Amino acid sequence: MAGRTYAYYPGCALHGTAREYDVSARLVCQTLNVKLQEIKDWSCCGASSAASLSPLLGIALPAHNLKLAAAMELPITTPCAMCSYRLKTAAHELKDEATARQVSEVLGSAVGPEVTVEPLLQVLSEDLSFPIRKPLTGLKVACYYGCLLVRPKSVLQFDDEENPQTMDRLITALGAEAIDWGLKTECCGAGLPLARPDLVHRLAYRIISLAQRLGADCIATACPMCQSNLDIHQKEIEAEHGEKLGLPIFYFTQLLGLALGFTPRELYLHKHLTNPLPLLRAKGLG
Amino acid sequence: MARIGVFVCHCGSNIAGTVNIAQVMAAAQTMPLVTFVADNKYSCSEIGQTAIREAILKQKLERVVIAACSPQMHEATFRKTVAQAGLNPYLLEIANIREHCSWVHSNDKAAATKKAIELVKMAVAKVARHEALFTKEIGLTKKALVIGGGISGIQAALDMANAGYPVILVEREPTIGGRMAQLDKTFPTLDCSSCILTPKMVEVAQHPNITLLTYAEVKSVRGFVGNFEVEILQRARKVDASKCTSCGICWQKCPEKIPAEFNLGLGPRAAIYTPFPQAVPNIPSIDLAHCRYIKYQEFVARGEEGKKPPQCRICERLCPPQAIDWEQSDQVLVEKVGAIVVATGYQTFDHTRYGEFGAGRYPDVITGIQLERLLSASGPTEGEVVRPSDGTHPKTVVFVSCVGSRDERMGRAYCSNVCCMYMAKQAILLKEHDPEVQSYIFYIDIRAGGKGYEEFIRRAQEEARAIYLRGRISHIYQDGKKLIVRGEDSLLGRPVEIAADLVVLATGIEPSAGAKELAQSLNISYDAHGFMVEAHPKLRPVESRTEGIFLAGTAIAPNDIPGCVAQGSAAAVKALAVLSRPSLVSDPMVAIVDPLRCTGCFACQRACAFNAIDSQVTRDGKTIAVVNESLCKGCGLCVSACRGVAMNLKGFSQQQLLAEVNALWR
Amino acid sequence: MTIPDVIRPPLSRPLLIFIEAHSGQPVSRCNQCGKCTAGCPAAWAMDLTPRQVMRALQLGLDNDVLASSAIWLCLSCQICSVRCPLEIDVAKVMHSLRHRTQEDKTHPGDKNIARFHGVFRGIIHRYGRIYELGLAGLNNMVSRRPWAHLKLFPAMLRKGKLPMRPSRIKATAEVKNIFQKVAALEERFSTPSELTKGDR
Ligand SMILES: Cc1cc2nc3c(=O)[nH]c(=O)nc-3n(C[C@H](O)[C@H](O)[C@H](O)COP(=O)(O)OP(=O)(O)OC[C@H]3O[C@@H](n4cnc5c(N)ncnc54)[C@H](O)[C@@H]3O)c2cc1C
Ligand code: SF4
Ligand code: SF4
Repeated sequence: MAGRTYAYYPGCALHGTAREYDVSARLVCQTLNVKLQEIKDWSCCGASSAASLSPLLGIALPAHNLKLAAAMELPITTPCAMCSYRLKTAAHELKDEATARQVSEVLGSAVGPEVTVEPLLQVLSEDLSFPIRKPLTGLKVACYYGCLLVRPKSVLQFDDEENPQTMDRLITALGAEAIDWGLKTECCGAGLPLARPDLVHRLAYRIISLAQRLGADCIATACPMCQSNLDIHQKEIEAEHGEKLGLPIFYFTQLLGLALGFTPRELYLHKHLTNPLPLLRAKGLG
Repeated sequence: MARIGVFVCHCGSNIAGTVNIAQVMAAAQTMPLVTFVADNKYSCSEIGQTAIREAILKQKLERVVIAACSPQMHEATFRKTVAQAGLNPYLLEIANIREHCSWVHSNDKAAATKKAIELVKMAVAKVARHEALFTKEIGLTKKALVIGGGISGIQAALDMANAGYPVILVEREPTIGGRMAQLDKTFPTLDCSSCILTPKMVEVAQHPNITLLTYAEVKSVRGFVGNFEVEILQRARKVDASKCTSCGICWQKCPEKIPAEFNLGLGPRAAIYTPFPQAVPNIPSIDLAHCRYIKYQEFVARGEEGKKPPQCRICERLCPPQAIDWEQSDQVLVEKVGAIVVATGYQTFDHTRYGEFGAGRYPDVITGIQLERLLSASGPTEGEVVRPSDGTHPKTVVFVSCVGSRDERMGRAYCSNVCCMYMAKQAILLKEHDPEVQSYIFYIDIRAGGKGYEEFIRRAQEEARAIYLRGRISHIYQDGKKLIVRGEDSLLGRPVEIAADLVVLATGIEPSAGAKELAQSLNISYDAHGFMVEAHPKLRPVESRTEGIFLAGTAIAPNDIPGCVAQGSAAAVKALAVLSRPSLVSDPMVAIVDPLRCTGCFACQRACAFNAIDSQVTRDGKTIAVVNESLCKGCGLCVSACRGVAMNLKGFSQQQLLAEVNALWR
Repeated sequence: MTIPDVIRPPLSRPLLIFIEAHSGQPVSRCNQCGKCTAGCPAAWAMDLTPRQVMRALQLGLDNDVLASSAIWLCLSCQICSVRCPLEIDVAKVMHSLRHRTQEDKTHPGDKNIARFHGVFRGIIHRYGRIYELGLAGLNNMVSRRPWAHLKLFPAMLRKGKLPMRPSRIKATAEVKNIFQKVAALEERFSTPSELTKGDR
C-alpha cells in the first residue's frame, strides 16, 4: 500500500454531498504515502439506476472508466462502495466474451477485464501499522459496511458477506473499540432517499438504533450513500419515532484522520448534519 | 457342431409393441447352426420356462439364445431353466432386445427390429463358441462384523448373535449407543431414549456371541464374501479393562477439564472419562490429547528447556484396583469374517457455515442435538433448559428448520427426514418443562409421513401451542439479551420478526466423518455426500453393491429410529443368509491365463483392482501370472491390460467377442 | 383493474420465459421458502413480496408482476440473492423485470422510483456525472412534488453538501454516444419477442 500509486476514482457523490469523504481520503492517503492520481475526466458509473434499467448500460458506463484507468496503467481505487461495486462488476462481466464484444462495440474499442479495482477501505487496511498520533481510546464504533462493499462475494472477493472484519480491524488498530453487531451489511436504502424517503427512514432507524442500543458511540461507514442516509435524516427520524438518536456517522477515513492527528475541521467533520463534535470532545478527541 | 435354439420373448407388449417378432424369428431361422426358433409371450413365466425346457429336450438343443430383457433381470432365472433341462447353465446367451432395443427405439419400429435381429445374430455367433463352465464350492467364515455401534449397528449385531452366529461389533467412540444415547425422549411416542436404548447396550455387552471392540476402528478390509480379512485398530485406553471396577474416582478427581463432546460443549468432562454414566463398556479412557501426564511425557521426550508441565498421575494414584496402565499401546487385530454390516451413522451439519445465523458467535443460538442434551435429565444441566449465555430460562424459543438441508447453497439438496419431527417433539418437551415457553417453528414443509407422525405434529400445535410459521429464516442477530429472528410468514406474505430468548437450529444429517474413506477401504459405493449406496434403492435397500457387505441406518440416508432398527434387522437377515450357507459357490466367469502366451510382464497384476493375480513358476522356470479364482470378480481389466493376448475371461473370451463383431459384418 | 374471482393460470407464460433467459436465473426452481422476503429490507413496502414476485412469474400472472411496486422498491442490495438456498439471483430477476417494464412501457408500480431512475439517467446523459442538486430538483419536478425534501435542502446547502453548479465532464459527447449505442444494441439483441416465442 504505502508508496503505491492508484488511479483515483472519487465518484460523483464525493464532489457533492460527500466532500468530506474526498477530503479526508486524500489527507490520510497523503500521510500514509498512498499516491492518488485522479482519473482525468472520469464519468459517472451509472450507479444502480443505469444497471437496473439496462444491464448493458450498467456495464458500459463503468467500463468507460476502466478504459481510462487502463491507459494510466494503474490499479483503480475508489472510496465509494457503489462505484467500486459497479467497476468491479463491470470488470467481472467483461470476462464473458459476448459481453466484452458488445461493450467494445459501444465504447468503440476493447476493454479488458484485467484492470484491478480495490475499494479504498481495502487499500488502507493492507498495512495496519499506522503512525498514530492520537489513539481513539474509549471510542466505541459500530462499523457499518452496507451492501455493496461485500455483496456478492462471488464477484467482489473482498470480505465476509455477513460479518466482514476489514473495517473492524482498521478501527481497532486506531485504538478504538469495534463492537460486534448483526446489521453490518444490512441495506440502508441506498439511492432511494429522494424517491422514497419513508423507506430510507425506516431502514436507517433500524440500523442506527441497534448500534446505539448495543453501546456504540458512533457508526463508521465506507460509502457516501450509507453515510448520508444514516446522517442526514436523523432529525426527521427522531421526529417520526419520538426518540433521540444523535448518533454521529463518520467516514472511516475521518476516524483514521483523527488518529493520524488531523483536526476535525481539516477532516470536514463540521459538514455532518448530526454533529459529532460533542462526542469527540467528550472522548477527549475534539 | 452345436444345435442352437433361439427363443424370442414378447415381454407382453414391452418388446412386441416395438419389435416385429415374426421378422426376428424369420431372420433367426437363417442364422448358422440355428435349428429351432420359437417365441414366448413371457419367457420368464412358468409357462415360458416350461416351453424352453421342453424344446431343449425335444429338439436336442445344445446351446440356447434367449432374446428378451436385460441379463441383469433374468440371466440367473434362465440359467436355472436350461440347467433343469440338463444343459450346462453357461451354454446360454441373452440378447437384450428390451432395454437396449424396444425401450430406447420405441419411435422407430423398423430400426428397432433391425437392431433386434443384429443383437440375436451376435448372440448366436457368441453362444456357438461357449464352453461349459463349472462352479466351485468355497468355504466361508461363519462370523459377522458390524461397523458402528449406534442403534442400527446394535440391532444388527443382536439379531445375528441371537441367531447363533458370532459377531464382532467395532465402535470408534469409547462407548456404543451412537447419537440415540444423546437424545432425551423420542418421537412419536415420547418414550425416554436411554430407557429403551440402555437395555440393548447392556445386552450387547453381555451377549456370549458378541465381541465388543470400542475405541476401535477398521483399518483395512481384504477378501470377498464369506472370506473377508479385517484389520482392526484397537486404540489404547490406558486403562486395564480387566481390573477397572468403574468406580469413577478417576474421572471425578482428574484436574484437567475440557468441553464434553457428548454434551456438545455444553458441559465439561475430564481427560480421563466415560462419555456418559450409562456408557457401555463403562471403562474410562484417557484422552491422550489432553492428559497432563501424557503432555509431560511428550515435553520430556522433546528434550525442551524451560518449566516442565506437572506430572499429575492423580488417576493412577487414586485408582483403587490400580487399573491405570501407561504402557498400554494401540493394537492391530486381524479377524476373519464372512459378512459385514456397515452402520456408521451420521453427524449433524456444521451450522457455523451460515453467516446469516451468526456463524456460531451467538451463544444462545444452539442446535437441535444441543437442546436434546439440555432437555435430558442426565444432561449437563440435569434437564433444566437454560440459555448458555446467562443461565436464564428461555420463554420465547424459535426453531429454524432445514439448516444444512434442502439448501443447494450449502451443497445439500436433500431433506434430513427427522428434523420436522424432532422440532415438534422438542416444542412439546419445552412446554412440559416450562408451561410459559412459547415456541415458534419456522418450516418450509412439514414432513410427517410416518405412523402416528401427523398426529404428533397436531399435538405440538394444539397441546404445546407451538406456532408454525411457513418460511425460511433469513437473519438472526443479537439485540441486547434478545436474538432477533427475521423470517417471512409466507402464508400471509408478510415479513415477521421475533425477539427470541433461544434459537434452535435444526441442523441436518450428514454421513459421519470418515464415511467415504471407510467405504473406499470396503470397496463399496457412496454418493457425493458420503452416504452409502444401496444395490437397488427399492428392492435391495440394505445391500451394498459389493457382495457380502450390508448397510443399515443413517449411513445410507437420514432416517429415524424406527427406520434404523428395521434396517438393522433387515441387514442382519441378509448377512445371515450368507453365513447360514454351508458353502459358497464361486462364479466361473473369471479370468484365465494362457500359460504359453504369458510373458510374465504382470501388466495384469497392476491393472487388477481385487488383488486377484498371483505369480507362479512354471516347470521350465518361467514366472507367469495366475488368477486366484476366488478373488477374481470377472471385471476384465486384466484382459485389456494384457498385450500378449494371454488373458481371457471365461464366457467372454476374445474369440467369442470377435465372433460377435464378425457376425455384425456378415 | 377489477379483481378476478379466481386465478386461472394461463397455459403460456411468456414473461417467465423472457425473464429466465434475460436474467439467466432459474425462476421455475423457486420453492417459495420465503428467505428472500425474510431478509429483504424493503419487503414490507412492496405489494408483492420478492417471493410472491417469483410465484406470480411461475404462475404466469404477468400483468401482476409487471405492475407491482416490488420491482421498483427493490434496493438491489442483493441480500436475497446471496442467501437464496436454491441459488437464484433474485435481485437480477428484479432488474430484468424493470428492464422489461421499460421496453413494454408498462405503467410502473412505483412512479416516484421509476421517475427517479429516469431522471438519474438523464443527468448522467447530460453532464456525464451526477449533479445532486439538479437531481433533487428535477426529481421533485417530474414527480410533481416541488416541495419535497424542502426541510433538508437549506441545511445541506449550508453545509456545502449541494454544490450549485454541476460538475461537468469534458467528454460529454462520449457518454452520450455510449447511451446511444447501448440503446441501438439493445434494440437489436434483446427484443422480448425473440426470446418469448413459444412456451415449453
Ligand atoms: C436432534 C435430533 C433428535 C432426534 N430425535 C429423534 C427421535 O425423537 N426419534 C427418532 O426416531 N429419531 C430421532 N432422531 C434420529 C436418530 O438420532 C437417528 O435415527 C439414529 O440415532 C441413527 O442411528 P444410527 O445407528 O444409524 O447412527 P448413529 O447413532 O450415528 O450411530 C453410528 C455409530 O457408528 C460409529 N461410527 C461412525 N463411523 C465409524 C467408523 N468408521 N468405525 C467405527 N464406528 C464408527 C459412531 O461413533 C456411532 O456410534 C433425532 C436426530 C437428531 C439430530
Ligand atoms: S429465497 Fe430463493 S427459493 Fe426461497 S422464495 Fe426466494 S427465490 Fe424462492
Ligand atoms: S435485492 Fe431487492 S429484493 Fe433482494 S433483498 Fe434487496 S431489496 Fe429486496
